[in-house]
Amino acid sequence: MTDSQPSPNNAPEAFTAEQVQHLAMLARIGMTTQEVEGFRAELDSILSHIQALAAVDTDGVPPTANGADLLNVQAEDAARPSLPVEAVLANAPQREADYFRVQAVLESS
Amino acid sequence: MIANEPDGWLTIAEAAARLRSGEVASTELTRAALERIRATDEQVRAFITVTEEQALAAAAQADDLLRAGDAPSPLTGVPLALKDVLMTEGVRTTAGSRMLDDLTPPYDATSVARLRVAGAVSVGKTNMDEFAMGSSTEHSAWFPTANPWDLARVPGGSSGGSAAAVAAGQCVASLGSDTGGSIRQPAAFCGVVGLKPTYGRVSRYGLIAFASSLDQIGPFTHTVEDAALLLQAIAGPDPLDSTCSDEPTPDFAAQLGEGLDGLRIAAPRQFFERNDDGHNDDGHGMDEGVAAAVEQALELLAGAGASLDRGASLPSVGYSLPVYYVLAPSECSANLARYDGVKYGYAARGGQSMWDDMEATRQHGFGAEVKRRILLGAYALSAGYYDAYYLQAQKVRTIIRREFDAVFEQADLIVAPTTPTVAFRQGEITDPYQMYLNDIYTIPANIAGLPAISLLCGFAEAGMPVGLQLIANRNREPLLLRAAHAFEQLGDWSAQRPPLATAG
Repeated sequence: MTDSQPSPNNAPEAFTAEQVQHLAMLARIGMTTQEVEGFRAELDSILSHIQALAAVDTDGVPPTANGADLLNVQAEDAARPSLPVEAVLANAPQREADYFRVQAVLESS
Repeated sequence: MIANEPDGWLTIAEAAARLRSGEVASTELTRAALERIRATDEQVRAFITVTEEQALAAAAQADDLLRAGDAPSPLTGVPLALKDVLMTEGVRTTAGSRMLDDLTPPYDATSVARLRVAGAVSVGKTNMDEFAMGSSTEHSAWFPTANPWDLARVPGGSSGGSAAAVAAGQCVASLGSDTGGSIRQPAAFCGVVGLKPTYGRVSRYGLIAFASSLDQIGPFTHTVEDAALLLQAIAGPDPLDSTCSDEPTPDFAAQLGEGLDGLRIAAPRQFFERNDDGHNDDGHGMDEGVAAAVEQALELLAGAGASLDRGASLPSVGYSLPVYYVLAPSECSANLARYDGVKYGYAARGGQSMWDDMEATRQHGFGAEVKRRILLGAYALSAGYYDAYYLQAQKVRTIIRREFDAVFEQADLIVAPTTPTVAFRQGEITDPYQMYLNDIYTIPANIAGLPAISLLCGFAEAGMPVGLQLIANRNREPLLLRAAHAFEQLGDWSAQRPPLATAG
């Protein structure tokens, strides 16, 4: 969180292609230039509707995280059976022994 | 489903009676359902996967129980369908997404496991908007589903396959999930009953997550009584879902037959505002045909002994849609981070690094609407915007919830339209926000965690069905079902079958 919050009463700045590319990077979604432009225009339009929320006076109103009255559900700290390794790995795109195989995570420097 | 029914379709209640008396066997009912799917699904396309072999095996087991007089539930032996967002052990589950093209789950969702214990028979997995994001089932990665009342129109969504399958008589009832209207809107479009229970009433374990604070599983049925019977089988506490309520499970059918007399029903004016052109000041509002059917429904409710309060008000309910389109994408951007091409599902390989593979996996595995919402959520949660969007939306959610609480101090139930229009044509709505507007009347109940039901209340343009929505306070499903059941008895709409059905 930073101090650079948009002023709630101002119209949102137009979405830029750089912003969309940044969000796509954060979400790890590869994207063509054409897709970036499509999403830029659509997000711009959706955001202009969402901006209406800024007009609501929420001074002193606590946030609600879910619609039910559920708080602090606790489970007994007891072991219970989990799925067998074979069942868990059955859908793996690539496996090696009892592991999920991926490309090297740590890049050599 | 049974071709020689004099009117309407076979219900769960009727099927249970016939199965128990031995008049019909589950194997026969299941064969009839599979036959009906074969005859009509080339047109309707409600199913992604039909599980004929497993269905007939489950039916044979149910027949053993029925013959021995040991049927554990009214659902024993009854052919049902499951939205493809529910994990089914050993049966391909795709959530309508290329990302899960070849996922065979190693376990059942709790709701599915409970149906198995009840002896219900699943005939297959139904089509849906990808990861339950959409209002037309056109966002399925596989194919669109048609509305049985008019094949050129959408069945609604995201649970469009489950709604269409029931409307087309391909199964007796089905399960869907409702995050912003995904049960009630398709129920309205397809002329069937759709119930979203209180948030936490049904375990979400094994429901492929979209927006965890809003998602709830519920039934599609031909009658309100059937909705009570199906909810009974799947509801109740579950240690595997920490937000599943430990509230005792009531007898959901207990108040059926008590009628409308003395019930106080609020018709908050924000749900009924419209100008001469059929829209309210925001440019929304019901179409004329929907408004006429819903007005008639209000008169019927009042005429049957309910007191109607048209002065009730939910001043901030109009903010529900923006609240939803901050909260749901935010939760989805977190929930869908799990699709990384490592553990299961679609996986692109051959990039320079693990990150390349992950980005390619998510580029090609997700469809446009899913990406749109992930990006929107990532934005709303990102540094500098969190307070203005996510936190502000959660605060407005509190305000909306408090306004509902205030209305429920004076009223037993709230009545509203389910949708502003009847089912629209395939391809008719292309703008994302216009699509979102389909859910303006259904989203408030999700925001506030309230149980709500949609049921047929008449027909509008081109003979398309119109849905009436009733909303109750949390955990008041027995009262909600009582009122809906009483309303259902006031007309003969539910005896009507789509033209597809009578021709077939």
